[in-house]
Amino acid sequence: MVEKFFQDHERKMPRDSLITSENDSEQDADLSLQEEHESKTHRTKRRDGDRQKKKRRNERRKGGTRAGEGEEDLQAVSEKRERSKRKRAKSKQETSRRENNEEEEAQLTGGKGTKARKDIRNEKTRRMEKEEVREVDENVDKGKKKQGSTKKGEKKEDGGKQLVKEKARDIKKKKHKKAETSSEPETSEEDDDEEEDNDKDVVRPECLSPEELEKLKEAVDERKKLIQSLRGKPWPMKKKLVTLRESQEFVEKYEGALGKGKGRKLYAYKVLMTKKWMKFQRDFENFKTACIPWEMKIKEIESHFGSSVASYFIFLRWMYGINMILFGLTFGLVMVPEALMGRPYGSMPRKTVPRAEEASAMDFAVLWDFGGYAQYSVLFYGYYNNQRTVGWLKFRMPLSYFLVGVGTVAYSYMVVIRTMARNANESGVGDDNSFNFSWKMFTSWDYLIGNAETADNKFASITTSFKEAILEEQESHKDDNIHLTRFLRVLANFLVLCCLAGSGYLIYFVVRRSQKFALDGLENHTWWERNEVNMVMSLLGMFCPMLFDVISTLENYHPRVALQWQLGRIFALFLGNLYTFIIALMDEINLKRKEEKVVKFNITMWEASLYNGTVLENSTAPPVTIHPADVPRGPCWETMVGQEFVRLIISDTMTTYITLLIGDFLRAVLVRFLNYCWCWDLEAGFPSYSEFDVSGNVLGLIFNQGMIWMGSFYAPCLPALNVIRLHVSMYLQCWAVMCCNVPQERVFKASGSNNFYMAMLLVILFLSTLPAIYTIVSIPPSFDCGPFSGKNRMFDVIHETLESDFPPWFSKVFSYASNPGLVLPFILLMVLAIYYLQSTSKSYREANVELKKKLQMQNEENKRKNKRAALKAQMDLEEARKTAQEQQRNNNASVQDQEDDTDIHVSGQNPPPVGGRGSQMPSSRDSGSRTHDRGNHGPSGYLPGFARQTEPRMYRVPSLQRH
Amino acid sequence: NQELTFLTKQEILLAHKRFTELLEKHEKEQIDARVPIGRIITLPELKSNPFKERICQVFSTSEQKDGSLTFEDFLDLLSAFSDSATLEIKSHYAFRIFDFDDDGTLDCADLEKLVNCLTGETNDAKLSSTEMKQLISNILEESDIDKDGTVNLSEFQHVISRSPDFVSSFKIVL
Repeated sequence: MVEKFFQDHERKMPRDSLITSENDSEQDADLSLQEEHESKTHRTKRRDGDRQKKKRRNERRKGGTRAGEGEEDLQAVSEKRERSKRKRAKSKQETSRRENNEEEEAQLTGGKGTKARKDIRNEKTRRMEKEEVREVDENVDKGKKKQGSTKKGEKKEDGGKQLVKEKARDIKKKKHKKAETSSEPETSEEDDDEEEDNDKDVVRPECLSPEELEKLKEAVDERKKLIQSLRGKPWPMKKKLVTLRESQEFVEKYEGALGKGKGRKLYAYKVLMTKKWMKFQRDFENFKTACIPWEMKIKEIESHFGSSVASYFIFLRWMYGINMILFGLTFGLVMVPEALMGRPYGSMPRKTVPRAEEASAMDFAVLWDFGGYAQYSVLFYGYYNNQRTVGWLKFRMPLSYFLVGVGTVAYSYMVVIRTMARNANESGVGDDNSFNFSWKMFTSWDYLIGNAETADNKFASITTSFKEAILEEQESHKDDNIHLTRFLRVLANFLVLCCLAGSGYLIYFVVRRSQKFALDGLENHTWWERNEVNMVMSLLGMFCPMLFDVISTLENYHPRVALQWQLGRIFALFLGNLYTFIIALMDEINLKRKEEKVVKFNITMWEASLYNGTVLENSTAPPVTIHPADVPRGPCWETMVGQEFVRLIISDTMTTYITLLIGDFLRAVLVRFLNYCWCWDLEAGFPSYSEFDVSGNVLGLIFNQGMIWMGSFYAPCLPALNVIRLHVSMYLQCWAVMCCNVPQERVFKASGSNNFYMAMLLVILFLSTLPAIYTIVSIPPSFDCGPFSGKNRMFDVIHETLESDFPPWFSKVFSYASNPGLVLPFILLMVLAIYYLQSTSKSYREANVELKKKLQMQNEENKRKNKRAALKAQMDLEEARKTAQEQQRNNNASVQDQEDDTDIHVSGQNPPPVGGRGSQMPSSRDSGSRTHDRGNHGPSGYLPGFARQTEPRMYRVPSLQRH
Repeated sequence: NQELTFLTKQEILLAHKRFTELLEKHEKEQIDARVPIGRIITLPELKSNPFKERICQVFSTSEQKDGSLTFEDFLDLLSAFSDSATLEIKSHYAFRIFDFDDDGTLDCADLEKLVNCLTGETNDAKLSSTEMKQLISNILEESDIDKDGTVNLSEFQHVISRSPDFVSSFKIVL
């Protein structure tokens, strides 16, 4: 009853059913119950002289209730061994076989012998209980009573067992649907066999020779491997469950038995620890997946829009992770130390708003432009002081600033390249085109699509791709009007180039004009004139791609090729815009530097006049304290650059969000509600709903990131801004996609383009670090703002640190190492190494291709051979059948037997079924029934049917061959 | 069940929730309740899949071959379609899904049915018979290595394993 309860319990919560600890406890409970039952029966029948055994039994019972199953078995085993030793001493035979023992016992007469036999019988029945379904408890009990009460020979006992077993099997067959532990009919027989063998092995593992122990160990390892690889097997869950349970039992039994003497405890401990470790790992894995942000959101999108849209969001999330780390670096190592430990606001000229701007410094319009208080804050380069150390920690502020700037770039390179390498690994060498059609056929459906519209689009695209492929195949080398297409393509490219040049000039013009405005003073200009640069850049980024799209219809490319062209063109556009912007900025920097020189000269004059004044007025008066807001200062060009980038990012973000709201949301709302009162179908016709433009969005993200990389040296707040932006756009775009977008018609697969995006990111990274590094290395920093003020170049910080913070020998070594005589050979060496690695990888690739070819050849050869063999086998089979039929005709007397034989013949000779479960079932059933028959009319030993089946397994042979 | 499937605990819990939603009230008490195929394919994740019936058939362990699923079968399904399942297991199940007549090989009839599934129900999208013939012959030419007119499991796995985006597209997520 208790077991039934347990099983019900298990079935109620199937997801918990396999957690091992629970399982163990259940089994323990089962066993202890059974044992109690047994020992009761024993007590009633037992004579008076066996106190010792009773004791042992009680001990065992306790052990069984307390410890795991394996331990209990161990005790059983040790008990048995003792007994067998005694017997051995008596009979002086060198046998470790249980069957032999039984025979001996059968020959023995006297109280001891009978007792022992009883015990063994009980052992057997208990073992059977284990291997059989626990539901048949009562049956087994009956059988036990029968066996216990009737002292008959071996044969009858076997018969009884067989009976019990058959009963159990029948019940199982009836109940196999409901019972958890019972497997499907085709597996149950095999499993039984296996368990039988296991039990035979378990009986006396310590009497085995070391070699056999080794074999056992191997078997245990095999089972463990099986457990691990179980989920990789395409079996139905029930079978998996049963196999897992068996294997676990097996492993537990053996792990207890394998350790010997002193090593046993250690071994058990090890096993325990590995178990705990596994559990911990599993929990940790669960925890890790729970920690991934937006997983459910992305999966939802994935299931609606397919994998390509989801790939954008995964990319966004990845970007978010990178920006988090960059933000942590700049925030933790630059901004926080300066804000906490540096000199406070207002203590220095560079940290205060100048007097002229003070009135408007808190206005929102100024703050929105990152002027006023925002400009003179920790957000920008100019605020930082050139103190060598700050605070009681002696934090090297300028050095940290420099290293963080370099570190961000280095980290980004590392991450991008590592991801690229991993992607390349994953996609492998799948660029051979030999299975074009088959891939289209077998892998074109995206199983994630859960939206009817997407599905329709997918159907259409698959159909067209099929048709295209067929057409290509049919007329692969036929071009109708090659000159026209060529002309059109050239024209298209020319138009695109014109667009690019025009947009570049526009940006340059606008930037120059804005400089003029800036010189005039921003106050007397309109909002448009002040934000012209950013707006123009954003607008260009919005409209040029559309223009390109129109132009690309001229070209008549294959959609995939067209997409790549389109991406390339947008990329060029963005890049051109960015670089014109940078060039304009450079001009501005040069202007500022000229201005700076003038200011510097003025300041010295001013200071001189100040001091002169004070000296003239009163020579003993304390030095005049001028409020830092009144001190004249240079135009800090670094802050200016930072400001420009921040403004650019902000306006870019705003345009993205606004286009999202207007272009997607408003359009969707209009289309949806105007559709009720419009003269044509808006949803299907012209405006319709917008698609989610994966490539455009990805490009936008990439360029945004490029600007972050470029500007973050001069505005440490940029990564923080970007984190916020990405966070918001994650939610906003998720929402927008789910509520107002329709899936794309041109569905392209995500995995193929992943590395394409990554490559673009890498290019952008390189191009954006280039100007940053150029400014760091070649332009002297401003004289009165930023952490490097007063130095000739920014990287002088390193020299300074080397000289003052490290022992002199270190700087000496460093100076030697940076000697061109050492650096040049080193670079040469690196180049050589790269060349070497590249050539080896090339040769590997070639070898790979060769091997692939060989493998294919061999495969085909094998297939041919197999086919021939199969044909031959079939012929043989048919011949055999013919002969059998002839024989049948010849001697009618023994018809039945002959048929039986042929049946067995067929089931043995059939080539193994390829894959279908349906074809596997009958054959194994055959074998099952066969063993059944044999077991019934061939009672020549200990369960002969099973012995027969398991003979081929080599390591179990010694336990089966003796009889 | 984690050792048996490629799912995480949360996914299994979610699956259980979704599965009980599909059951009718009186069935919720039963542990081995079967959800008939009609209700399984109303799941939004499967609704627009052209192979939904086949998927149910393949993963069903019911005796009557009616494609009804128990919770274990359902877990099997999700496991095979999950992110972390191996290529081997995915391709095995894909083969069985595509094998419409359950005979262990993909022959011409199977391929034709498959193409029809992929191109949708509408008539204008269907390929003409000559196109179909051409397509099937092309496919067989490519992937039928032993030239016996059918594609068997190992050939199928060979082809699939080269495909760059099979693993990423053979997924169903609740």
